[in-house]
Amino acid sequence: MLSRVADSLYWMSRYLERAENTLRQLDVAMGLMLDTGAASPETRWKRLVASLGQDSGLDWNGDLESMAGKLVFDQINQAAVTFCINGARENARQVREEISSEQWQRLNRLFHYIHSPRAQTEFRSNIGDALATVLDGIHLFTGVSAATMIHGPGWQFIRLGRYLERAYATATLLEVYQSDLLQPQEREYAGYQYIEMVGLLRCCTSFEAYCQVYTADVSPDRVLEFLLLNQNFPHAIRFCVDSIRDAVEAIHRGGSRRPSDELTAGIGRLHAMLGFTSIGEILGGDPAAFLHTIREQCLRIHEIIYRYYVHYSIQSALAS
Amino acid sequence: MSASHPVELDTLYGEYPLDEAFDEMRQANGGVRAHYRALSDTLARLPEEELQRCKQSADLSFLTQGITFTVYGREEGTERIFPYDLLPRLITAPEWDRVERGLTQRITALNLFLRDVYSDAKILNDKVIPSELVYSCKHYRRQMRGLQVPRNVYIAVVGSDLLRLTTGEFVVLEDNLRVPSGVSYMLTNRRVMKRTFPQLFSSYGVRPIEHYPQLLLSTLRSLAPEGRPEPNIVLLTPGVFNSAYFEHTYLARQMGIDLVEGRDLVTHDNIVYMRTTDGLKRVDVIYRRVDDDFSDPLAFRADSSLGCAGLFNAYRAGNVTVTNAFGTGLADDKAIYTYVPKMIRYYLDEDPILPNVETYLLSEDNERRHVLANLDKLVVKAVGESGGYGMLIGPQSTAGQREEFARQIESNPRNYIAQPTLAFSRAPCLIGNHLEPRHVDLRPYILFGDKVNIVPGGLTRVALERGSLVVNSSQGGGSKDTWVLE
Repeated sequence: MLSRVADSLYWMSRYLERAENTLRQLDVAMGLMLDTGAASPETRWKRLVASLGQDSGLDWNGDLESMAGKLVFDQINQAAVTFCINGARENARQVREEISSEQWQRLNRLFHYIHSPRAQTEFRSNIGDALATVLDGIHLFTGVSAATMIHGPGWQFIRLGRYLERAYATATLLEVYQSDLLQPQEREYAGYQYIEMVGLLRCCTSFEAYCQVYTADVSPDRVLEFLLLNQNFPHAIRFCVDSIRDAVEAIHRGGSRRPSDELTAGIGRLHAMLGFTSIGEILGGDPAAFLHTIREQCLRIHEIIYRYYVHYSIQSALAS
Repeated sequence: MSASHPVELDTLYGEYPLDEAFDEMRQANGGVRAHYRALSDTLARLPEEELQRCKQSADLSFLTQGITFTVYGREEGTERIFPYDLLPRLITAPEWDRVERGLTQRITALNLFLRDVYSDAKILNDKVIPSELVYSCKHYRRQMRGLQVPRNVYIAVVGSDLLRLTTGEFVVLEDNLRVPSGVSYMLTNRRVMKRTFPQLFSSYGVRPIEHYPQLLLSTLRSLAPEGRPEPNIVLLTPGVFNSAYFEHTYLARQMGIDLVEGRDLVTHDNIVYMRTTDGLKRVDVIYRRVDDDFSDPLAFRADSSLGCAGLFNAYRAGNVTVTNAFGTGLADDKAIYTYVPKMIRYYLDEDPILPNVETYLLSEDNERRHVLANLDKLVVKAVGESGGYGMLIGPQSTAGQREEFARQIESNPRNYIAQPTLAFSRAPCLIGNHLEPRHVDLRPYILFGDKVNIVPGGLTRVALERGSLVVNSSQGGGSKDTWVLE
């Protein structure tokens, strides 16, 4: 497929995944702020902003509703939901002939909703419901995509974008939270620690799945193990990396070039980090550095994808 | 009268004025033409609410098929349906046969003209057409001189605009040889009509048009460079901001070819490639929907980002076919148009089957004088424009507008032609719950590959405003399905 088209599908997918991530994390953070014992709202807000990775324009001003409003409706901050939905729709618009009409309609509807006065009104009257409406819109798009798009190279680039964004975002989230998680303050009550861990799981929509695997006995190392190493849960980083590998393999099966060694190595490295390590080893070492390495690897993989599929030089393409 | 009773004929034809203009459906005495009777009877028998329901269902069909244009600028971004009228425009088999023969003759002559002018220019040496007229045309491309074009086909896709005069005869108003559009509306109108009036459609026996994309594809394939048996054919579009973008995506999808933009293409060693995730892929045939000027910053406008640098050199080397060829705008210049009947006689030794509209060449002194004295009665057009722009409709203009045009004519007479305001034909349209006549033209689409193919009918464009003579979509026009009867 055309490089430009692959690029647009990839970014459409990354933007939507990012929007979903922001929505979930905001929802969880706001819920946690109701329990003021463990940390001040300002601390929570700062942690939220750190885990989203885009702190510009989001300094705490004391008013939760206006801060949440910024995170949802701002069109400049790159983690803001509206910025992301704008980006997704703009990319989709460039490649309308590649996506089904149902996909376009869903995304377009979501775009118009979030720009409508109605969204603002609903946000002010019940934030939780408003966030859920937008989240539903994203899910509808994802579901319709899976059902109505041919699962060819275009589809695989969508998966690539989604799982790369998710792996990176989850690693960022864990890197920010891991110190609080693993070295809890002495004065904290066990109840607050429990809420924090459940909050972290909910950020990745994984509380119930966690319970299925480990029962409701929530402990920091198990939470990390689940979110890092579980092979079967879609929001675990290991699962994301496996999906990235599958998508790249599928893209190559449909083409005529041999796979990029660099890309294979990059993904392989990440896969090995997560596939052949135990949580004990990770916790015994430097968990922050481990998570940081994962993020770096994700960035490298993104860069290699660009160099190999999209922005390759003519000379190198003709030589191969 | 309750809503479930059929519409009375009087109500149906309530405000239906008949004058000198040929009415497609009704004769001068008010009677319905034989071939329209079935349509008229069907409309009269339909309860009013049923007619409205048909309209709504057709609207929905267009909407769900995505035949809309999005107002991207505004925040609401409503998708609007491309204006259309529910009632088909009918053409009888004998009428169509004449049109088809006339258009075949015309496109053959135009192709021969382009080949001649871009090589030996015999027609100019024989003084059939003044050389200055050709060489002063801004769409004449010197780069095309002596260039060998596959199969000598310069214009593979043509949309000629026809009008029907008061006598009932079809005449050619103009030829569109650069990037004629509207074919997607023709195809989608047909789909919607079949769904809206299925019994009427089948009872009439309408000649099919759905194979247009196949015909276009085989036309493009027949023009591939030598030695490329499985040619990679692409459609080059200016992109999402172009008003005809919907048509580009529609045609590309129907033909099963890639839709590319200039930025997807690179040239190397005079070969054109497209940038794919699987490396560079050679391009053999480009169906070009980008104007000459914007196609190659090295050969044409240097500030264009819509084209591909080096495209013209690859074309010149014969490594890629671009159609329509560059420089075909020469033959759709409105001043050159006046010489098409002469071209037909010169190259084919035949009389034109379809006449031109009487046209004044304003570069000729006595014609210009006559036109300037009668601006209020004539239509003045800029020779290189399309879409209804750069036009003065005398009888509907203000004195100020006429003065402005007079100034423009005096300063650049080569750039203008004038034609009498024609009372061209009208067809019935559904306005509210009754019928009113509106002016229509006809744009058949002609394909020229290894042979000439014309799908029956084409796009009937309607000036949707009462009394308006402007049918162009960019200026409030709409379209109708055209039924050529068996």
